[in-house]
Amino acid sequence: MRLMRPGDWLVLATGLAATVATAASQWGQAAPARAQVRLDGRVVAELPLTGTHRVAVDGALARLGPTVIEVDAGRARVAADPGPRQYCVQQGWLSRAGSVAVCAPSHITLQLVGPGSTQDTVAF
Amino acid sequence: MDAHATSGASLLHIVPSERDRRLARYAVAAIAASLVEAAIPSPLPGVKPGLANIVILIVLARHGWRDAAWVSLLRVMAGSLLAGQFLAPGFFLAASGALASLAVLGALQAVSWRWLGPVGRSVAAAFAHIGAQLLLARLWLVPHDGLFNLAPVFFGAALLFGIVNGVVAARLLQENAA
Repeated sequence: MRLMRPGDWLVLATGLAATVATAASQWGQAAPARAQVRLDGRVVAELPLTGTHRVAVDGALARLGPTVIEVDAGRARVAADPGPRQYCVQQGWLSRAGSVAVCAPSHITLQLVGPGSTQDTVAF
Repeated sequence: MDAHATSGASLLHIVPSERDRRLARYAVAAIAASLVEAAIPSPLPGVKPGLANIVILIVLARHGWRDAAWVSLLRVMAGSLLAGQFLAPGFFLAASGALASLAVLGALQAVSWRWLGPVGRSVAAAFAHIGAQLLLARLWLVPHDGLFNLAPVFFGAALLFGIVNGVVAARLLQENAA
């Protein structure tokens, strides 16, 4: 009896297809639709992720300068922030729905929002 | 099982049949395989080689589905007792997986072994196994769809270990047939 028989190949192909299809449906990132800028939790700017634009937002450190948000072809970043440690600037470009850059000293967050809402975390 | 009761005084004598002995031998092999496997650390609960299924496949090929079902269920019961998992969540997961793969193997018995060999049956059973476990875990243990994020990993493991177990079973069947 041969090791691999015709039906075996059929089952293997089906299994492989099922695995690839689940991976695509579960892990395929939904493209982010827009960038949301919040100051103290309130949405102060909402930018579509098409084209290129910059907005300046005055945060808690406005006396030192504005926080600059930049959008470029489907991604967004904090281009400048007056905060002392620059964490949100160094985070660089955000391109996945749900990702966030937090400029804590300025009380400003930049978040990419997808077509559907997502959870940050689920814990049990 | 065949039990011959000879009522002498107040003595009940149960004589195991040849089939009983055979089933017990296979079940011991399957239980040993699952105990060995329990000692192997796994990066993700649920990703296991399922070595006991090699034994189940061999029994299926040689003695048919009913014997395979006996060995599989004995394996789940005795294996969980020995591992101290009886009636723990892991036991129900194992039992649901075993029942689902037995159901699939039973349905596939309608297909000729010339056309569908141990490898195909092993992969199909592995998918049924993990599918039922995922479903039970989703309904009972982790009531959130986030669980399905891991489905591709589980399916990939089912495919890989299904093939490996099927090939091992096929080789063992060939060797002993010759």
